[in-house]
Amino acid sequence: MSSVAVQLNDIAKSFGPVKALAGLTLEIKEGELVALLGPSGCGKTTALRALAGLQDLDRGQILVGGKDITFQAANHRGMGMVFQAYSLFPHMSAQENVEYGLKLKAHKVSAEDRRKKSSELLELVGLSTHAGHYPHQMSGGQQQRVALARALAIEPKVLLLDEPLSALDAKVRIQLRDEIRRIQLEVGTTTLFVTHDQEEALGIADRVGVMRDGVLQQIAVPQELYDRPTSAFVAEFVGLTNPIRGTVSGSTVSILGSQIATLPGSVTSGEGTALVRPESIRVEADPSGSAKVVTSSFLGSVCRSIVDLADGTRITAQSASSQASVLRAGTSVRVTLDTPAVFVKSL
Amino acid sequence: MKRSLGQRIWRWSILLVVTSYLALPIVAMLDFSTKVGRSKRGLYAWKAIFSQPELVGGIVTSLELAAIVIALLLFLVVPTVVWVHLKLPRLRRPLELICLLPLAIPGIVLVVGVSKIYMWLSIHWTESPLTLSAVYAMLILPYTYRSLSAALFAVDVHTLAEAARTLGASTSRTLFQIVIPTIKAGVMSALVISIALVLGEYTISSLLNYKTFQVEINLIGQNDGTIAVAVSLASLIFVLLLLLLMPTAKRHGKALLDVDAE
Ligand SMILES: Nc1ncnc2c1ncn2[C@@H]1O[C@H](COP(=O)(O)OP(=O)(O)OP(=O)(O)O)[C@@H](O)[C@H]1O
Ligand SMILES: [Mg+2]
Repeated sequence: MSSVAVQLNDIAKSFGPVKALAGLTLEIKEGELVALLGPSGCGKTTALRALAGLQDLDRGQILVGGKDITFQAANHRGMGMVFQAYSLFPHMSAQENVEYGLKLKAHKVSAEDRRKKSSELLELVGLSTHAGHYPHQMSGGQQQRVALARALAIEPKVLLLDEPLSALDAKVRIQLRDEIRRIQLEVGTTTLFVTHDQEEALGIADRVGVMRDGVLQQIAVPQELYDRPTSAFVAEFVGLTNPIRGTVSGSTVSILGSQIATLPGSVTSGEGTALVRPESIRVEADPSGSAKVVTSSFLGSVCRSIVDLADGTRITAQSASSQASVLRAGTSVRVTLDTPAVFVKSL
Repeated sequence: MKRSLGQRIWRWSILLVVTSYLALPIVAMLDFSTKVGRSKRGLYAWKAIFSQPELVGGIVTSLELAAIVIALLLFLVVPTVVWVHLKLPRLRRPLELICLLPLAIPGIVLVVGVSKIYMWLSIHWTESPLTLSAVYAMLILPYTYRSLSAALFAVDVHTLAEAARTLGASTSRTLFQIVIPTIKAGVMSALVISIALVLGEYTISSLLNYKTFQVEINLIGQNDGTIAVAVSLASLIFVLLLLLLMPTAKRHGKALLDVDAE
């Protein structure tokens, strides 16, 4: 069992009337990559900056490696941070940028070791041929790689990444995302990664924490977060859902003719809205079916259909791409559910 | 892409008009300062520059003043402006206002204001003209503040400073190794403006009775206009050389300017 590396205990921070953090509690294990996911303005950046020492808190406690660092200055914390905005020092080359932290008292090493380390790190991020380049001579993706190398150079206790990919275009973003994960696993640094892109979070994190209004809603491994959300907010924020009305009794809900178990946190009696994933909905062509396909689109690996139910509810279903030719617009279909459990919120 | 002939003619004629507008007075000064009598030419006025002890004294005084003002600029004005920009954004407006005041207040009014202090100073402490540096440090504020704040807004210094902090840099290292080098272009132009201003200042020093460069030129001019013009031209050339030296002094700051390189 790995030990706890970072502990945020009930941290809070208000900016005037805005509660950026309203009692956030979070634990990160040694060597783990945790992603913080949440809508814009939910306090992700503020949490990260608090951990880095760049943001003071109204209350709460921050422990790193069991040591209370709540009041320690940023330059003594030894956190490596990569910012959303490009942050390379413009008057230094890539190599000088990477070496900068190693020249400072906190992490000082000999000139020879410095050179060796910076070469290794530039190699690790795939930029050994760009050592002498200045930031203005590099692309956005390259600059963020150097920023990552610079943050790793000081062998940080925790690596903090604040939407490092959001300024990059889609293709580079996915490529660099996977690379960050590879490097993180290779170096083994405990990492907190902030993003509002769920695909990014689910794609690279060991665990994903969903934040809302300054508090953590749920933290779990990606699969669990997706399959077993504990709140309507998480269910709706992570992945797509179809709201479908049903009747709940105890721990089962009756929707579309099936009895399905409800997840903890759901309503326990009466009418409710079940939040059903598109891939949990099975659509089969059936002349006697009461539902009708509105449109169907072939998406390569899957087929996505929009279907009107008998009561007029419009849902989105996802099936194997081979179904695309069968589920044409106007086709009468039968809709059933295929999922072990769903979350049901009140109407 | 090749530009059309009309466009090129247009460009060159603008350049020509502006250049002659700027160059004409300088050429006239050169012409006048090399005249001897009505029709002869000679360099006596230029040779005479250094045989005037008062003038040399004035030059030395002004250069010393410039040096002090530069020091005040680098170690007082620049850190203050940077600090307010980074840490006290609410004070930006008030600071800007204060810095613009010397521009709004006419020099003569300023002199009336500070003359009491200088009178007291000369009686109780020193008559050295170097005390003028205090007034000059104030006079340069409107110009230096502008160029510094423009440079600060051109880059995200805030993030750069925070990056340096997380890497372990102390406040002073962050300031002198990261922020100031980043805004080097702004600091450099503030520096040149300050030097030009100190070397060219006349009103205040003459009203306060200090013998600076411009005051001496004016005195000489009352006896011998030719020498005065020669000296003025020389000082102009001096500042021009200073401007030309700038690019080499900010080799690394280049990054800020060549946005379109590669
Ligand atoms: N320095 C500040 N002064 C005033 N309000 C602030 C400050 N920093 C953050 N806030 C406010 O606190 C809230 C949380 O901000 P934060 O930057 O942490 O959000 P975020 O989750 O990172 O959002 P995004 O995804 O848009 O980056 C926002 O409402 C923001 O306006
Ligand atoms: Mg943010």
